[in-house]
This record gives sequence, C-alpha cells and structure tokens, in this order.
Amino acid sequence: MFHRRHFLGIEGLTKDELLFLLSTAESFREISEREVKKVPTLRGKTIINLFYEPSTRTRTSFEIAAKRLSADAINITAAASSVAKGETLLDTARNLVAMRPAALVVRHPCSGAPHLLARLVDCPVINAGDGMHEHPTQALLDMMTIRAYKGEIAGLTVAIVGDLLHSRVARSNVLALTTLGAQVRLVGPPTLLPPEFRLWGVEVCTDLRRGLAGVDVVMALRLQRERQARNFLPSIEEYARHFCITPDALAAAKDDVLIMHPGPMNRGVEIDSQVADGPYSVILEQVTNGVAVRMALLYLLATQEREATEEQAEVGLHAPRRHAGALA
Amino acid sequence: MKIVIYGGTVIDPANDLAAPRDVLIEDGVIRAVVPPQSGLATGDMRIDASGLIVAPGLIDMHVHLREPGYEYKETVLTGTQAAVAGGFTAVACMANTNPVNDNGAVTRYIRERAQAANLARVFPIGALSKGLRGEELAEIGEMVSEGIVAVSDDGCPVMDTHLMRRALEYCSMFHLPISVHEEDSYLAAGGVMNEGPTALRLGLKGIPNAAEEVMVARDIALARLTGGRLHIAHVSTKEAVALIRQAKAEGLPVTAEVTPHHFTLTESAVEGYNTNAKMAPPLRSLADVEAVKEGLRDGTIDVIATDHAPHHRDEKEVEFDQAAHGVVGLETALPLALRLVHEGVLSLPDMLRTLTVNPARILGLPYGTLSPGAPADIVIFDPHRRWTVEARNLRSKSKNTPFDGWDLTGKVLWTLVQGRVVYAEEEADRRR
Amino acid sequence: MDQVAIQRALTRIAHEILEKNRGTDQLAIVGIHTRGVYLAQRLVAAIERVEGVSVPSGEIDITLYRDDVGRSRARPEVRGTTIPFCVDDLRIVLVDDVLYTGRTVRAALDALIDFGRPRAIQLAVLVDRGHRELPIRADYVGKNLPTARDEHVYVRLSERDGVDEVVIE
Repeated sequence: MFHRRHFLGIEGLTKDELLFLLSTAESFREISEREVKKVPTLRGKTIINLFYEPSTRTRTSFEIAAKRLSADAINITAAASSVAKGETLLDTARNLVAMRPAALVVRHPCSGAPHLLARLVDCPVINAGDGMHEHPTQALLDMMTIRAYKGEIAGLTVAIVGDLLHSRVARSNVLALTTLGAQVRLVGPPTLLPPEFRLWGVEVCTDLRRGLAGVDVVMALRLQRERQARNFLPSIEEYARHFCITPDALAAAKDDVLIMHPGPMNRGVEIDSQVADGPYSVILEQVTNGVAVRMALLYLLATQEREATEEQAEVGLHAPRRHAGALA
Repeated sequence: MKIVIYGGTVIDPANDLAAPRDVLIEDGVIRAVVPPQSGLATGDMRIDASGLIVAPGLIDMHVHLREPGYEYKETVLTGTQAAVAGGFTAVACMANTNPVNDNGAVTRYIRERAQAANLARVFPIGALSKGLRGEELAEIGEMVSEGIVAVSDDGCPVMDTHLMRRALEYCSMFHLPISVHEEDSYLAAGGVMNEGPTALRLGLKGIPNAAEEVMVARDIALARLTGGRLHIAHVSTKEAVALIRQAKAEGLPVTAEVTPHHFTLTESAVEGYNTNAKMAPPLRSLADVEAVKEGLRDGTIDVIATDHAPHHRDEKEVEFDQAAHGVVGLETALPLALRLVHEGVLSLPDMLRTLTVNPARILGLPYGTLSPGAPADIVIFDPHRRWTVEARNLRSKSKNTPFDGWDLTGKVLWTLVQGRVVYAEEEADRRR
Repeated sequence: MDQVAIQRALTRIAHEILEKNRGTDQLAIVGIHTRGVYLAQRLVAAIERVEGVSVPSGEIDITLYRDDVGRSRARPEVRGTTIPFCVDDLRIVLVDDVLYTGRTVRAALDALIDFGRPRAIQLAVLVDRGHRELPIRADYVGKNLPTARDEHVYVRLSERDGVDEVVIE
C-alpha cells in the first residue's frame, strides 16, 4: 500500500510501495482506452500544475491525468506567474494553496524545491521533476513500460546512456531499477558520469559498445546542448560520435532489447532515428503509460483529507455557536 | 570599583595556569589572581564562581556583523549582544558590508557603532580589494589608522594571484595578517554543497575539496615568496590541513582557523535540503571533520572562530540553490568547542587557547589573558550545565543555526568587558 | 448458506436470467470486484451448462466511482476494469455478492454506462440484506437475509477464501 502524503521521489520507497504504485497505475491504463476517457473520482477537486520550467510532455500528461479523473486542472507556468514580479516560490505556493487545491504538482529547476513546499505548505505535493535531483513519475512510467514487455524487472540488465551527472531521470530510474532488482549500467563520458554512482550499486562504463553488451533495455537520456558551453564536451558532434545509440552500437545488446527515451529527443545526437523509430522502440508507449501513472498518483494523493480539516471544522462551526450562546 | 570572583577554577592558557584561583578586578583591570582564601579584600561586587570556570573573555576573529547595509540581518548592537551571551568579549568583523569596509570612513563608522553598543569589543577587518572585487588594493593604510586588525576579502576568494602577492607584501609593512577565504571560484562555480555521494544523490552541484586545496597551496607559496602573514580562514578539508601542517613545519608565517560547524557537522546535515546547513566553505565529509580535529589537536589549526553569518529567514526559506550561505555561531561556539574536550581532542586549556590568546596574538591584541595589569575581559561558564538550543531564543537578530534543538553542555553565566558585567545569565544573577 | 445452498441459488438465478431474457441472445454478465467477479464466472458456467453457449463476461471495479472518495483515510485499492465487448444494446446482468445500501450498485451503474448504452441492466445478488439507502432493487436474489445494521454479512467463496459460505456475525 501507499500511505504517504507527498510524492517527492523514488528514494526511500520500498519495493512493496513501488510494486503497489505500478499495479495501481496498470489498473488506470484501461480508462484511457475507453471511448469516454473519464471517471468521476476527483470531481470537484482542483489540481494545480506549478511549472517553473518549460515542459510540454510532463505538464500535458499531468493535465490529462487530472481531467480524466474529473478534477479541474490549472496550469501555472513561470513566465505567466508572479515569479516575474519577484514573488518567492514559497509565497506563490502558499497563495495557491489558500485556494484549496487537492494537490500541487511542482516542476522546478532547483533540486529540493518540492521538498521545501512539502515541508512548509499544507497540501500534498507531487514532484514533476526538480533540478538534477529526481523525476519520479518518469521512473514509474518507465518501470510500467518495461513490465509491460518483460514481465518482471528483477534480473534484467538496463543501460542508461548519456548525461548522467545532470539527469534527474537517470537518478530516479537508477533508484527504481535497483530497488526492483535490475542490474544497471551507466554509460557516458567521464565528465558527465561521476564515479560516486558506483556507491549506488551500479556499473559505470565510458564505452558505449561495451556498455550495451547483453542488455535487455536501453534508456537514452536527452543531452542538453548547453553542456558544450560549460566544457563538459568539446562538441555535440563529438558526443554523438561516441555515444549516439545507433543500430550498429546495439548489435551487442539482446535480440529483444527495448529502446526508451524520456523525450524530447535530439535525433542524431543521443539516439539515431532508425533506433528511435525502430521495432524495439517503446518511446510512445512510455508517453501513454505516463498518463496512467499520474492518474494513479493523483488518485492516491488528491483524495486525502486535508490534514487540518477536522480542527478547522471545529473552529468554523463551534466557535460562532459559542459566540451566539454568549449573546443570548 | 572592585570585583572579586571567588571559588572558581581559573584557566588562563597564556600563563599556562589552570588551578583554583580568586580574581581581583580593580578599575577594569586584572589586579590579582591568587589561590583561594588568600584574604582578598571584600569587593564592591563578589561573584561566586564555585564549580565554574573563569577564563579570559573569548575572542572571535571571524564574524559578520552586517552593519552598515544589512541591518535587517544583524547590527553591531545585536551582534555584540549575541557575542557576550556566548562568552565573547572581542570580535573581529569582516568587510563585506554595504558599503564595503574598504576605506577609513566605514571602519570608523563600525567602531562608533560598537562604542554606542558598549558590549563586546569590535575590531573591524578591512577589505583587501576595493569593493571586494579582487581587482585593486583597498585603502589599507587609511583603514589601519582607523583601527583595522587584519585585511580580508572574506566571501570573495581572491582569484588574482598577482593581487594576492602584492597584498601580502603591502600588509607586511603594517604587520597585518591577511585572512583568506580559500575557494577556487572556477572550480566551485555554481556549487552549493560538498562534492560527493550526498551531493550526487540530492542533485545538488558540489564543490570539491580541491577548490580549497589549490588556493591554500597557492597562498602558502605566496607566503613563502613574500614573507607576508597568511591566516587561512575556516579550514574545511583534510588536504588544507596537511598543507598548513607542512607550511608550519617549514617555519612559514601561516596560521589557520576552523569553525565549530566544520568540526561538528558533516555534509549529511544538508539532507532534506536544510538551508541552515548551507555555508561557504561547505560542510565536508567525516574524513575532513576528523582531519580538522587532528589539526586542532596537533596545533596545525590555531584558532576556533565562528564565521558568525546571520541571514534573514526569507533568505533561508527558499530553494537550496538560492539560499544564502552561512550560519550564526556566537552563542553555540563554546559548548560545541567543549564537545572537543569531552571527546578528548583537546584539553580544556588547549581548547580555550584557540579562543583566547591565539586569536589575540594573530591580531596583535592585548586581550585573551588574565595576567595582572591586563584589561579585565572575562568569561565565567559552567562546563557541565546542559541546555537545549532554541533558535528563536538566540540573541542574534537572525536565527539561522543548524543546531536548533541540540542538547549542548556548557553555559556562559557571566561575561565581563573591562571589568564591567555585560552579560549575566538569569540564574547566575541569583548566585551573586 | 453453505456450499450446496449457494450452488442451488446460483443455478436458480441462471435459469431465471435465461427465462427473463428469453435465452442468451444479446446477453452479457459483468461481475463487481471482488466476489461479484467469481459469482459472475459461476453464472456464465451455469448458463453454458444449460444452453451450451458461453455468454460474454467482464469485470468492473467501482473504486473510482465511489461517493465516499476522500471521506475516509483509507484509499481503496484500484483493481482494474475489463469489459472486453461493446456494451451498446446488450442486456447486461450486474453481479455482486451482497446488496446492502445500494451505493456500490449505483457506482457500478455509472461505471457501466461510461462504456456505452446497454439496452438494459439487471442486477443479480447472492444475498440481499436490506437497509437500502438508494432506490435500487435486485432482479435476481439468491437469498433474502434480514439483518440488523450492526451485523456483518460475510460471503466467502472457494476461489478466494477456500470455502463457500455466507455467515452473519
């Protein structure tokens, strides 16, 4: 079962919690296959998507998930909000929570921003990606996708390729995969692959072909083009020469290897189009599963009572009555 | 006015004294330190120090009082209120105010504010470079005539090696030490905590030990080149400790300090994105904590200094990346230092040496001792009293301490400056 | 009720369903999670024994349609809905173990209607214990069990509980 008030990361989740989240998400998949893609569960509740970073996929996915549960979804993006007027994150969140949403979905460029809100704001918080820290709903949808094709995750070997240093997707996936019993291999250039990752119980490898040998799943990561400017790489072209996932590089992987990418893709940089569009690619499946994962989380988190509800009800109802009594 | 402090144990590291002694203070000056029952004439005021330690007033050679310019964080008045509550009778304050203390007028202003507050003694430290920009030397001579005791660009590491060389040369004319914040800004760029497994897991950009090490190595080379007096502020890494140890063995004029938080906490304090554990230099690994303790034990590190860095709640209740660096330290320094005594890292006299005579000598101050004739700056503390830190009860205007809720042992009961009681714990009042 | 009684009741209900709907044409059976699903499977088997036809069947989870979402601390587990046929114009028999307040059936009706427009929806239950809070009645009842509100009715089925029985405690 899952009894947490917030969903901030994969870190700290038990195997049982992860499996429960995945099976709950799998139950929600069917709703998106119906003609009427809507259930009344969160009718009358409001979900606020507070996004401080540009995002199409994740924001849309959360919005669709909320709407398919009959919640009212409100999107707030950094450019359109009070951020431009200098309001702090905490003030913005407190103001939004004063309007009584059932959950706050937060995407922020600073690691730990959702944790700050979870600590100081009275509302369930869902982390939709924080800085270089975690992107836990992405990891769940990736696990769900792998399970759909491979059954068990335990015993699989999964390679994650690219900019591991800056990737929240990689961190969440490493945590989820290792908790569920997969072998993980991280592949990338040494400037983007800190050796401390070994402490997480994973292999690190700077050679793509060796890294892909015998793997069941390959996850490519998006390479941010600004890495070149900060001297992590001489050039994007040189990165592609060494780390682009091509049919040739995949030769040593298992025959039924799955190809995944969290999107948005840089075709020809981290992944070759032949691979991205090839028969083993499940990239669009990932997107479909993303909606189910987010529906499951919204169902589990947005149906909580507000923590202070009872107390407030007491103040709201009894205090005036006592006052009236005094007048009488 | 005569004050007699009787029944206590006097620890005066400058005179290698640690024994039951009574102290007679007359007109603000130590008159006599004598064995108990030596028949000291009755004073105008008698302080019963039985079971307590009587020591020279503590000296903190690294604080930020924030005035002028950041009075919402701290003022000279609130900062010195915090100081005397922590047993400090003298503090040296860094130059990163607004305007920067890079000229005599600002230095004079700070001293005037200190006189008005009339609590702890305040010794300004002048900026090394104009505006702390690391480009041109500040008006050092002018500030010396207004009373600075050191120069420092603390908070802004001096990346220009040539400027650093000339500063060391120039300051030698005034026998001024240069206190250096050792962090290579290129290597540390964007970093918000120690580089390592914790930073990787939290997704926070790390600052490697090497950022401190390369700067310490550079400045030791410059001290060797120039003969200038180098004081390494807030040492945080085992590599820096090793370099300083080597430099001292070579006989170079290098001294060093460590903060209570750097010998007490590791990077794990950052867990949960605790912005009160964000500081520069960052909290390091356990191996580094062990190394700075060893540095204290073997004398490589001369001084415990707080780097008291008050910040407003609004500057800490933000995203970790955007939070201000630093913690307040004046009111928790002594009990944290006493932990080193309990752990056996330092004897009580040696611990007090790092907080009294050592910083006094580095700054060229006549304090930090109970020698007859010295100004009567005294702290009286109960080394066994347990208390719980409550941030909201700190006297500092800012409450950014990582030690909120900690149970600490050792409490200051009285603080005297120039023979005047500037702080008395309530309970201590009752013992009078 | 013991195993034999349950079996007899289900056999009778199967016959009643066939009688009322004049055979298996356009007929489908949908069980409500959890025990309604097993009862639905038994009814499908019973109908097949009589008519030699296996009618389409599905299962429905009403968690997402409950009217008490967020009113209790517990968040019921979502177990998934499978309706592997088009419901339009079918006569659908909803199957549950116990009919009590009627709220579960209300939710199941809403859930079923989200899949299309059946010609008719009928309700079959193993036990009707009374105390309705909504205007809902069953078309097929295994047994009427008068109960007090503070009593619990437990239906145990061998597929899940290892034994077939209905007890009041």
